[in-house]
Amino acid sequence: MTSIDSASEVQAVESVKTPDLLGPWALMWRQFRRHKIAYFSLFIVGFVYVVALFGEFLSPADHLATNTRAPFAPPQGIHFLAPAEDGGSRFILHARGLKMEIDREAMRRHFVEDPEKLIPLGFFVKGHEYKLLWLIPTNRHFFGPKDPKQKVYFFGADRLGRDILSRIIMGTRISMSIGLVGVAVSLLVGVSLGGISGYYGGWIDNAIQRLIEFLRSIPTIPLWMGLAAAIPLDWPPLRTYFVVTLIVSMIGWTTLAREVRGKFLSLRHEDFVTAARLDGLSDWQVIRKHLVPSFASHIIASLTLAVPLMILAETSLSFLGIGLQPPIVSWGTLLKEAQNIRTIIEAPWLLIAPGAVIVTAVLALNFLGDGLRDAADPYAN
Amino acid sequence: MGSFILRRVLYMIPTVFLVSIVTFVIIQLPPGDYLDSLAAEMGEAGVDNTAVVEQLREQYGLGQPMYLQYWKWMTGILLEGDFGISFEKNVPVTDVIWDRLGWTFAISILTLIFIWIVALPIGIYSAVRKYSVGDYVATLFGFVGLAVPNFLLALVMMYVAFKYFGQSVGGLVSPEYLDQPWTWAKFTNLLQHIWMPVFVVGTSGAAALIRIMRANLLDELYRPYVVTARAKGMSEFQLLLRYPVRVALNPFISTIGWILPTLVSGEIIVAVVMNLPTTGPLLLRALLVQDMYLAGSLILIVSMLTVIGTLLSDVLLAWVDPRIRYQ
Repeated sequence: MTSIDSASEVQAVESVKTPDLLGPWALMWRQFRRHKIAYFSLFIVGFVYVVALFGEFLSPADHLATNTRAPFAPPQGIHFLAPAEDGGSRFILHARGLKMEIDREAMRRHFVEDPEKLIPLGFFVKGHEYKLLWLIPTNRHFFGPKDPKQKVYFFGADRLGRDILSRIIMGTRISMSIGLVGVAVSLLVGVSLGGISGYYGGWIDNAIQRLIEFLRSIPTIPLWMGLAAAIPLDWPPLRTYFVVTLIVSMIGWTTLAREVRGKFLSLRHEDFVTAARLDGLSDWQVIRKHLVPSFASHIIASLTLAVPLMILAETSLSFLGIGLQPPIVSWGTLLKEAQNIRTIIEAPWLLIAPGAVIVTAVLALNFLGDGLRDAADPYAN
Repeated sequence: MGSFILRRVLYMIPTVFLVSIVTFVIIQLPPGDYLDSLAAEMGEAGVDNTAVVEQLREQYGLGQPMYLQYWKWMTGILLEGDFGISFEKNVPVTDVIWDRLGWTFAISILTLIFIWIVALPIGIYSAVRKYSVGDYVATLFGFVGLAVPNFLLALVMMYVAFKYFGQSVGGLVSPEYLDQPWTWAKFTNLLQHIWMPVFVVGTSGAAALIRIMRANLLDELYRPYVVTARAKGMSEFQLLLRYPVRVALNPFISTIGWILPTLVSGEIIVAVVMNLPTTGPLLLRALLVQDMYLAGSLILIVSMLTVIGTLLSDVLLAWVDPRIRYQ
């Protein structure tokens, strides 16, 4: 009997599979994957940052090069079939050249596509020189006309004949990085002030909370306008860039500080924090080793939600003409070109293309942040 | 209730004081002042007016240290209602700002009403019919509404209105009514124009409030008290409005506090695009030419009215919800 018992025991132990122990991050990832739109948005956001990183490689033309022969050139389509000599059609990737026509009634010039003029297009074509990732000098571009002397405007051209597509691609770098740098500043200020506020409490907490309430009660745009207008126009572009980033991150940190403070207040008297303190850890060690890891996921989620707000803020300021200044290209400075209704009616692509890009990027970031927030607490429910 | 209001008003005083200091520091930030650019302009015209400029500087106290200038400006406002002078227009600030501020707040209040009328029923609907087609449409609208910058929406609407409906765009009334006295025709013309900025400014706020209302109501809908009321045979519509909506409304009201600053901000930037006769274009222009008292007064008054609006929303909230009053 005893032998049978022990045998069945062995069997029972073998049949019970050890459950897969998932750490909190794995659980969060699993939860996040369930949010379909957020998961999809992760790829869009990733794609946008890749575009920002490889801007010069992806843009078909030099984004600063002007062309006096193509002001307000309309977007050119990509065509696949061209008439061949034997009367049939052959496959060739091409765009059609532009022909200028003069409308005698309205006394205005406008462009039409000329089916006679073929501009062959190709991948990995030669174009203007640049440094890939600021390191490798090259002149290859992902897509564009095979003959570097030809010009094709896939998204149209602005009033100086500059390629809108290339400008949007290069503007992506500035606009998306303003979101990141701004969020980094918010993180630093928000977590320190929120942490101090929640950990120590008392009069420090009170003072910091009043400061936050005060900042939130001022309408942001007049405040930003006042600060941004103080930037001298003759400053170097890089300095303007950093000051604008600081200005837009000024409001972002308040939300974060409140969140961190709330978390500190609720965790301060948890058993594991008391235990750590009784073990003789200093305040700083308790914060760094025990408190911060326990709400890091929440911080990541709020940071993601703060990025689109900053992108919109920069866009608004640059649009008003008090944020970034040309020659810096950002989505906001691009939209500035489409400021009056007459321009928009003449060249709607100046508004449509950058506008669509901004809305897509901001939407994707919002969905991503939403999904991260839902996933941030995998132990809920 | 009385002591609550009194306490809140007392809290407001340091805030307003701080707002005035920050405003003054901001308008002092740009290097140089209006007189410098004036002198430069005169110099270009070949006129040597150093003496005149110095005299002006003396008169406005621009050479004095900042705290003295602040003191002068503040005492002027508090004791005589004098906000200083607009350098560019050479008239007192009070002469140019009040009707513009009036329009800014008229549009902001209209927008607030618009947001409430839109967000309340849609929010209730999408909570009660959770995961229905209507709910998904509302959610999508919510996300898109938050992602489109105000000025972009304004540009798109102006384009559509001009191109497809042939409506004159920009301004609050058609050009032919601009300097006319108020008549019925002008008023109807105003109504034809004003819905556009109200819609543009209100979209993102409405999008946010729909989401808040939906979340609040979802928290309440499945509470036992709702089940009890239903079990007693109350009609579903009455039940909904009497109990869960009333409770869900509280956080909804407190959002006026933060929505007012966003509305005023949105109005300012939309006004620049749509060329409305409100504070936006005036403030932008004043900031660009360093017309500092005009810019400062505008920022100060807009911020102060926002603080007062927040106070009103707090009082309203305390009136609706006794729990807050007695904290």
